[in-house]
Amino acid sequence: MAAMNHLPFIVGSYTAAFVVVAGLIGWVTLDFRAQRRALADLERRGLTRRSAAAHPGPPMTEAKA
Amino acid sequence: MTLSELANPSRFLSVANRAIPWLGGVTAIAFAFGLNLAMGAPDDYQQGATVKIMFLHVPSAWLGMLGWGVMTVAALGTLVWRHPLADVAAKASAPIGAAFTLLCLVTGSLWGRPEWGTYWVWDARLTSELILFLLYLGVIALWRTVEDPSRAARAAAILTLVGAVDLPIIKFSVDWWNTLHQSASVFRMGGPTIYPTILIPLLVMTLAFTLLFVTLHVAAMRNEILRRRVRTLRMMQASAVS
Repeated sequence: MAAMNHLPFIVGSYTAAFVVVAGLIGWVTLDFRAQRRALADLERRGLTRRSAAAHPGPPMTEAKA
Repeated sequence: MTLSELANPSRFLSVANRAIPWLGGVTAIAFAFGLNLAMGAPDDYQQGATVKIMFLHVPSAWLGMLGWGVMTVAALGTLVWRHPLADVAAKASAPIGAAFTLLCLVTGSLWGRPEWGTYWVWDARLTSELILFLLYLGVIALWRTVEDPSRAARAAAILTLVGAVDLPIIKFSVDWWNTLHQSASVFRMGGPTIYPTILIPLLVMTLAFTLLFVTLHVAAMRNEILRRRVRTLRMMQASAVS
């Protein structure tokens, strides 16, 4: 009976943990995509860092996620 | 590979791109294992079923402190050694540490209502944990307020070192003051006071959360390095136009 009374608090805690963890994973994933897109856009316009120009690697559009 | 080689942002990006999928996979396996153990753990003789909240609350509290600990080491790296990745590590750690500190406060409140009869008391442990959360918000605001990353890094590093005083206060608050919060029951002289059927799931969940923190931190550091490259290129573009 006590377990049933406490169920909303347990479910609430696990829901909060899910929301926080999913939020953090979503934040780093979306931020990575946004930065990669911005870099690819700048590279398309011919802007590269001096070190990258000296040692060309794969463009950001091909970089592995 | 030495630490100084990893200090090169390009080298770090290369290592991070390879490590993140593996770290994510190991984290997922650890969580599957830990949650399975946590759901199968027996009820505590005093707390009843609410002991299951501890499998989230304790790791969150640990990560909240770990996040500030990482920032403290990074702050020394920024101010003393001027390590190129130190302020990147500090900036990446702050939102993750803040999120877990908030989760610690929320799960603590949800545990406190059925066990203590209240969501909140101005107890030394709870108050020092709330101060840690406010410190996180302060340092995040500082990073966002100062536009130049190197100036922001120095200011944030000083605030981080000052805020580090809160870490031993959180840890020892239950010993120094008469608190409603229970005293240490895992990391204490004389060993844990928790029965293995609850201690083992707790330790596995703590390991899973720690792996999650490492994965998120490496990913956030990679994002921060890319953000700085974008900023540099945009400044080059702006100076070329003007």
